[in-house]
Amino acid sequence: MYKKRKLFLVEIIGILLGLLWLSPFYLMLVNAFKSKREIFTDVLNLPGTLSIENFKEAFVDLNFIQSLFNSIFITGLSVIIILFFTSMAGYALARNRSRLSGALLLIFVSAMLIPFQSVMIPLVALFGKVEMLNRFGLIFMYLGFGSSLSIFLYHGAMTGISKSLDEAAIIDGANKFQTFIHIIFPLLKPITVTVAILNVIWIWNDYLLPSLVLSENQATIPLKMFYFFGQYTKQWHLALAGLTIAILPVIIGYFFAQKQIINGVAEGAVK
Amino acid sequence: MKNRDVSFWLFLTPVLVALGLVVVVPLIYGTIYSFTDWNGLVATKFIGLENYTRLFSDELFLNSIWFTIKFSVVTVIILNVLGLGLAILVTRHIKTNNFLRTIFFMPNLIGGLILGFIWQFIFINVFGDIGKALGIEALTGWLSTTATGFWGLVILTCWQMAGYIMIIYIAYLQNIPKELEESAEIDGANSWQRFKSITFPLVAPAFTISMFLTLSNSFKIYDQNLSLTNGGPFQSTQMVAMEIVNTAFSANEMAYGQAKAVVFFVMVAAIALTQVYYNKKREVDL
Repeated sequence: MYKKRKLFLVEIIGILLGLLWLSPFYLMLVNAFKSKREIFTDVLNLPGTLSIENFKEAFVDLNFIQSLFNSIFITGLSVIIILFFTSMAGYALARNRSRLSGALLLIFVSAMLIPFQSVMIPLVALFGKVEMLNRFGLIFMYLGFGSSLSIFLYHGAMTGISKSLDEAAIIDGANKFQTFIHIIFPLLKPITVTVAILNVIWIWNDYLLPSLVLSENQATIPLKMFYFFGQYTKQWHLALAGLTIAILPVIIGYFFAQKQIINGVAEGAVK
Repeated sequence: MKNRDVSFWLFLTPVLVALGLVVVVPLIYGTIYSFTDWNGLVATKFIGLENYTRLFSDELFLNSIWFTIKFSVVTVIILNVLGLGLAILVTRHIKTNNFLRTIFFMPNLIGGLILGFIWQFIFINVFGDIGKALGIEALTGWLSTTATGFWGLVILTCWQMAGYIMIIYIAYLQNIPKELEESAEIDGANSWQRFKSITFPLVAPAFTISMFLTLSNSFKIYDQNLSLTNGGPFQSTQMVAMEIVNTAFSANEMAYGQAKAVVFFVMVAAIALTQVYYNKKREVDL
């Protein structure tokens, strides 16, 4: 009886904390429906009328379809490229136990320590010189910045896959690339999901790098949001509607894949 | 796959080229240019340590370092307490535990820039209104002073990252053998004693990881800083990362900004390595 009551208390604390955690989203959502005047007079209550005018205006001004497309294009292509090249690199490093491959892995891992701001200025200068300050330059940069953690994770997962599989495939006449694509890569699927999730999260949300590389018509959602916010300073009814729209794709994605996302993040953080 | 194999190099070339051109070359190139009068396009002469000596009398830069250090210390402490607390909460056998995990983790998926804008609204409008209604002076005028800007950033960061730290602690909490807790309970240990002598020592490795992550993350924070306070009032809440961006791209001082960036790199690397070294040592002692 005592235990049950204690658990009930824990449950209540949990629910209260959960509500507290959600409250910023609640405040954003309810005020996104209000008029400028209503926000000024009352921010805490539900809106008087359910008008979607703010959302319509924000949707158009954010050029949302375009920015969503830009975000999907850049994130999608970057992640596919990262998965393809870093899995191969992780395989090559794991199957070659030499001093050189050890050193290469160490270089990749230590690159994680370098803060972006430390390479940002020369990076922009260099890519500017070769006229690569565009979407494709950006995707290439994401491969560079995303390679460390991804190779590290693939390398770790490879140790669990028996070498005899490679040997069998080679005897059957497959070359190294075929062995990798047809035999090894499918076995890496769980870690591929993890690597994909981790890279999608940071690339989708990245602001600084796109702001230095992309022009306004190529803007991703965070970048567009920044321009939009600058335009509507103090017009909170529009700004909040815009923020709600910008968050929506992430919430929808989270709703469908929450288990994989949380597991993936745990995997990546604990390794 | 030997080093001599063509396939070994074919598999590695794309990532080596990318890491080289994006990280290694800029780091070397930038470090060299930090000793010149580089303006982003050309450097006319070597000026030795001039950019570096200038840093020591640069109030804005020194202030940003001090602000970042204070912010990181406070955030690391709060985040680890909060993260462990949430992890313990959601690993009890309560009905809502999966649902709560989902909620606590949610802010992590949304970019710092967007979260900063949402909290700007909350601090200014919602806090202000509640403060006025209840007559609590302290709640009005948030983000308009250095102190409220500081705590605003702390609250935002802790709310955003606690769920992430929670996930790390959960992974370790779940590895604690059930029998250990049960036998201690039978032996008459109360919950605090059980926490102190079983849970806490066994989640020590999680502490190493999460302290590394929270420290390096709070040192590198930029987006939240930009959207929540934009460094204001009077650049007093400007963190190092933002100070460097502004020096380079607003003040257009590339070589000087790069010198700051080099110092920043050394700082982050030194802190991260020392921290891992000490925590590893402590883990062995336990």
